[in-house]
Amino acid sequence: MSGETRAAAGAPPSRDDVLRLYATMALIRAFDQRVATLVLKGAFSGVGHLCVGQEAVAAGVCAALRDDDYVTSTHRGHGHCLAKGVDPGEMMAELFGKATGTCHGKGGSMHIADFRRGMLGANGIVGAGLPIACGAALTAKLTDSGRVTVAFFGDGASNIGAFHESLNLAAVWKLPVVFVCENNRYGEATPVEYALSAEHVADRAASYRMPGLIADGQDVLDVYGKAREAVAHARSGAGPVLLECETYRYFGHFVGDPARYRSAEEVEWYRARDCIIRCAEYLRERHGVAVKQLDEIGAEAERRLDAAVAFAESGTAPGLAAILEDVYGEARA
Amino acid sequence: MTGGRVISFREAITEALRQEMRRDARVILMGEDVAGGAGRQAQGLSEAWGGAFAEYKGLFTEFGDGRVLDTPISEMGYLGAAVGAAVTGLRPVAELMFVDFIGVCLDQLMNQAAFARYMSGGRVHVPLTLITHVGAGVGMAAQHSKMLYSFFAHIPGLKVVAPSSAYHAKGLLTAAIRDDDPVVFCAHKLLLGQSEHVPEEPYAFPIGQARVAREGRDVTLIGAALTTSVCLRAAQALEEDGIDAEVVDLLSLSPLDEETVLASVRRTGRAVVVDEGFPRCGLAVDVAALIGERAFDDLDGPVRTVTAPHAPVPFSRPLETAFMPSADQVRAAVLDLTAPNTGPSGRTGA
Ligand SMILES: Cc1ncc(C[n+]2csc(CCOP(=O)(O)OP(=O)(O)O)c2C)c(N)n1
Ligand SMILES: [Mg+2]
Repeated sequence: MSGETRAAAGAPPSRDDVLRLYATMALIRAFDQRVATLVLKGAFSGVGHLCVGQEAVAAGVCAALRDDDYVTSTHRGHGHCLAKGVDPGEMMAELFGKATGTCHGKGGSMHIADFRRGMLGANGIVGAGLPIACGAALTAKLTDSGRVTVAFFGDGASNIGAFHESLNLAAVWKLPVVFVCENNRYGEATPVEYALSAEHVADRAASYRMPGLIADGQDVLDVYGKAREAVAHARSGAGPVLLECETYRYFGHFVGDPARYRSAEEVEWYRARDCIIRCAEYLRERHGVAVKQLDEIGAEAERRLDAAVAFAESGTAPGLAAILEDVYGEARA
Repeated sequence: MTGGRVISFREAITEALRQEMRRDARVILMGEDVAGGAGRQAQGLSEAWGGAFAEYKGLFTEFGDGRVLDTPISEMGYLGAAVGAAVTGLRPVAELMFVDFIGVCLDQLMNQAAFARYMSGGRVHVPLTLITHVGAGVGMAAQHSKMLYSFFAHIPGLKVVAPSSAYHAKGLLTAAIRDDDPVVFCAHKLLLGQSEHVPEEPYAFPIGQARVAREGRDVTLIGAALTTSVCLRAAQALEEDGIDAEVVDLLSLSPLDEETVLASVRRTGRAVVVDEGFPRCGLAVDVAALIGERAFDDLDGPVRTVTAPHAPVPFSRPLETAFMPSADQVRAAVLDLTAPNTGPSGRTGA
């Protein structure tokens, strides 16, 4: 996406910009809802950490990036991948463990990466993406590439050492990195108010002398606006930014988690603020977009998912020889 | 089989913890979501998980938040706190959900807990138990599927157990909690649901003691954790080949019960060591070297190892299945070993 130029100009997002944000969110939701169905059917193994409810964060942040910017992701990374332009068919094939997947079936959901799209990898280790983002930002800085790196991570991850070391490192080295916290109020079953010593994750930015912003993660326009600011700051050479997005996951921690650590009312409260519904309302009221057009965007997302699943199903699993391939640069005889 | 009710490996862990926590008020449990829903007591939502693998169900309700502590995602912090609590009078049990996460907190185990006794000239001891989950077979790829038990056994000062069944899980966890040294308790994910007769009363199974899980005359198959059942299945299949295999279940990797291994191999004259860990510098070669050094004269052939390949655990299901040592591989290794006049054909799986 080309949010960059407009970001610099500080202009409000156009009708087309918002429509694109809407389409990205619709695609992410269709993808993860399809994954939920497939996991429950036993179509493939793995736990399936879904980002349904959190789509605005991935969509809004990645729209503020250039194609050649970098992203590091988490165990809950499908949305980040899709928003960064990774092919849903290849992603789905990866979940199915097929040779046609983004990682040739060797990584699975928690390890989708696509360097062609600047997607440096989902991660199975909480917090591990932050230091790697610092490294990508260091490359950008030392090679003057002008690229920005976004590190996505959760509220829970902000309590691990890697978070604190990375923020400090990025600050002292003035790295062009934006740390994007998806505060969905839980790390597994643990509520954020129990695990976090600060009121907001963004409060922690002050200790590392970088700007800390908070966005309404259920409002894609707020995320997009703050992400543009943050990215512009990082790209200008002024150093890192911490952007916290307040959001919520509708599913449990993984597909099948009954999520008994939270109340039904709480889930309803967030669902009533759904990012896709709100964006649809905005498009209708502000830009006069017809319901039919929005429905068509949703239908198009479903068609892309049908195609993605068909592509995944038609692929073959890697041959057993693949077990020993790519352990090192040269395949062993 | 021992008497008692039939309970699962998972329930055996719960029971050992419950009994030891009742017996000794110094025993505490900490880890991510060991209660699950911490701070939500008022809403009755505080024991939503009882651990990611549900081994701690009921403990929070019985012992409260003073003794069952959910932690932030801060492994270095809480594992280190467990070490600190251990050297000052408590007997903490810390959980590391997946052994793979040791990467973010190794220092507290390797440099602190393991060496405190030695470097203090014996003035300090560290009664710490680390419960962790090991092994492949759950479709979670390379960062959630390693064994790594050899990695811990490599470190002097750490004890390492890898039970193969519910009975030994209960006995070894009890022993670990009562032990004055740091013990890493490795629970294989695929064993958690397996059930057998387990005595209701508390008991400790000695750390450092292997067992003969099946007696036989022709070859000794040596396993630990999940590979013990792989060996038992191979032994059964080998009956068809007219081969009477003995199975030694190591149970402890450190200290290692060398005598039980050696005594068995001296009787059978042949050995196959089966290990789900990576082959290089791991359990299988360690035990093979022991046999080579101490029982060479009793051997009728080379010691064989059947291990995982030297590769990360792949995600794709058929690859993951092929990655894990199988009874077929073990049987093939034994047949190769017992076939007349054939030279060694190298490691299987490596
Ligand atoms: C180092 C490490 N510790 C623990 C885990 C297990 N784990 C996986 S996801 C998760 C919760 C992460 O919470 P948060 O960062 O808020 O992300 P969310 O799942 O809410 O998106 C935990 C504890 C892990 N994968 N890595
Ligand atoms: Mg979270």
